[in-house]
Amino acid sequence: MNDLEHISPRRLAWLRFRRHRLAMTGGSILIVLYVLALLCEFISPYGPEQRNVRALNAPPMNVHFFDEEGQFHIRAFVYSYDLTINPDTWMREYRENTSTRYPLQFFVEGEPYELWGLIASSRHLIGVEVGGQGYFHWLGTDSLGRDMFSRILYGSRVSLSIGVIGVVLTLFLGVLFGGFAGYLGGVIDSAVQRCIEVLQSIPTLPLWMALSAALPTTWSPLTTYFGVTIILSLFGWTTLARQVRGRFLSMRGEDFVVAARLIGASDTRIVFRHMLPSFSSHIITTATLAVPAMILGETALSFLGIGLRPPVVSWGVLLQQAQNYQVIVMTPWLMLPGAFIVVTVIAFNLLGDGLRDAADPYGSAR
Amino acid sequence: MKRYILRRLLGMIPTLAVISVIVFVVIQLPPGDIVTATLEQLASSGVDMSDERIQNMRAQYNLDQPLPIQYLYWIGNFITGDMGFSYLYARPVNELVWERLGYTFLISVGALIFTWLLALPIGIYSAVRQYSVADYTFTTIGLLGLATPNFLIALVLMYLGHSWFGISVGGLFSPEYLNAPWSWGKFLDLLTHIWIPIIVVGTSGMAITMRLMRANLLDELQKPYVTTARAKGVPPFKLLMKYPVRIAINPFISTIGLLLPALLSGDAIVGVVLNLPTTGPLLVQSLISQDMYLAGSLIMLLSVLTVIGMLLSDLLLAWVDPRIRYERS
Repeated sequence: MNDLEHISPRRLAWLRFRRHRLAMTGGSILIVLYVLALLCEFISPYGPEQRNVRALNAPPMNVHFFDEEGQFHIRAFVYSYDLTINPDTWMREYRENTSTRYPLQFFVEGEPYELWGLIASSRHLIGVEVGGQGYFHWLGTDSLGRDMFSRILYGSRVSLSIGVIGVVLTLFLGVLFGGFAGYLGGVIDSAVQRCIEVLQSIPTLPLWMALSAALPTTWSPLTTYFGVTIILSLFGWTTLARQVRGRFLSMRGEDFVVAARLIGASDTRIVFRHMLPSFSSHIITTATLAVPAMILGETALSFLGIGLRPPVVSWGVLLQQAQNYQVIVMTPWLMLPGAFIVVTVIAFNLLGDGLRDAADPYGSAR
Repeated sequence: MKRYILRRLLGMIPTLAVISVIVFVVIQLPPGDIVTATLEQLASSGVDMSDERIQNMRAQYNLDQPLPIQYLYWIGNFITGDMGFSYLYARPVNELVWERLGYTFLISVGALIFTWLLALPIGIYSAVRQYSVADYTFTTIGLLGLATPNFLIALVLMYLGHSWFGISVGGLFSPEYLNAPWSWGKFLDLLTHIWIPIIVVGTSGMAITMRLMRANLLDELQKPYVTTARAKGVPPFKLLMKYPVRIAINPFISTIGLLLPALLSGDAIVGVVLNLPTTGPLLVQSLISQDMYLAGSLIMLLSVLTVIGMLLSDLLLAWVDPRIRYERS
């Protein structure tokens, strides 16, 4: 018991968080996803624009350990595809050509790249030897023969970062407006309140669509990226601002705030030194739960063709290929980026739930 | 009550005014306007316009006036029911919009009803049987629905529809009824198609509604009056429905207003994927081709729908919950 008295609130929160198994799972999934995104040049077997003309629209590949005779191989391998045209339906059909095995190897030579623009290399984590007839597309290829897995990894870099950057902006706006409204009260409060009400009564997606359609097509990919991020956060701060305002209103009368004011602390000092820290954990939780909305927003805009545009690769841009009926029926694996979106959003939600419980370390046990 | 309604009606006006300014600014953002677009089109077909003609054209669309005046013209026309001319479709915006707005409204309201019919009972069940297998199952399904973008659900449904049932999912009518006048057959045909977009749009709000109902009811179930009633021997089902559920359900009426923008947003994108005759595809098309009169009118109309929806939900809440009525008057 004696030990418990010396545990800091932060440690208490961590202990509580660790007990939340779903949140730990969500957190771990996110760590893996972000590491993949960070190292995508190295981990992906091919470059995002590298084409394999021998496997256009190829379905996902099986990774084998047993060959045709049922013999076990310690090194996993893939087969290449034989392309046949079905004489009845005129559809392309790929069949595995089991005559040659192409073993998968680590650190194979491939397309040269510069990791983060700094480290030049041409080693890829996994793949088949270049120069031979083999190739390795374990999530299939698109109509131009580009490797889906590589493109999804490159896309995750954009899609995952847009959520985080957008949320940082949202946080800034939300805390700024909500904080001032709640702390100062009076005219400013009601002005901000009206503003929030108006913004919340406009359907978000149409407005996002209008704004991102207004982004000039001549902008560079990077500028468009930031443009879309700003648009997403411009209308996302209202929920957070409301919560912050509520907290400020209830906290304004607390003893420690009154005490600080009586000593003669300035408004900014009271807000940033005394009030904000007391609910920063709450803000972090809300931010975590706001990231998915940003990711889904970007995806929706890019999917419609008015957000990010090729050559930028993001999950939404990738899904744009899967827009019509025929494509979905013939090449359903082009919908795979969607699975990554779903997993990411669920992981963020689980993490956010866990953080919410942990943020209140003295709350009742679950 | 009358005074309350009147006050709320008057309160709508400034909100709509601010929204209209925002929408106007947004549609002015892209470079160029309808005249430059027309000129480009004419120039590409080899017609040259004299400066005088161009000036006349600008005057015709009031483009020679300063922006605030242009805004007044635009909003004035909008209020009197003239939403301008869409050069993309070469038709008045009015004609284009009204035939589509009905379907958008139908799908949104349908989705709202669908969400509630399914999510509220599930929420009640999850609260009463907290931590049961069913509770966890519903929570998981809800989470999946929350995490999957609407358009992805539509895509997956399209795929499943083809590979399992061999039907093509999409549109609101079978080809033979597409241009037919309204009849009983066409109505039935609509019913066989419309449930897909309703489900797709509805799933996004499902998880939130479910969880909120569950949380509200859990709070309510812990209160002493429930224990008292139970101790007195009130039948469990009657007790549940008559007191805690009635109280827990109140906040939902006020969330109609917040759910509506989400539903309209959902419809905008699902309409594109499922090829529906709703406002969504029209909006996307108009934005891509920068047909700003059309885009602006659409966004403005969707906002008006939302604001009216919010008003209705507030009135409904005041009607259901007397505390609100008396506090305000």
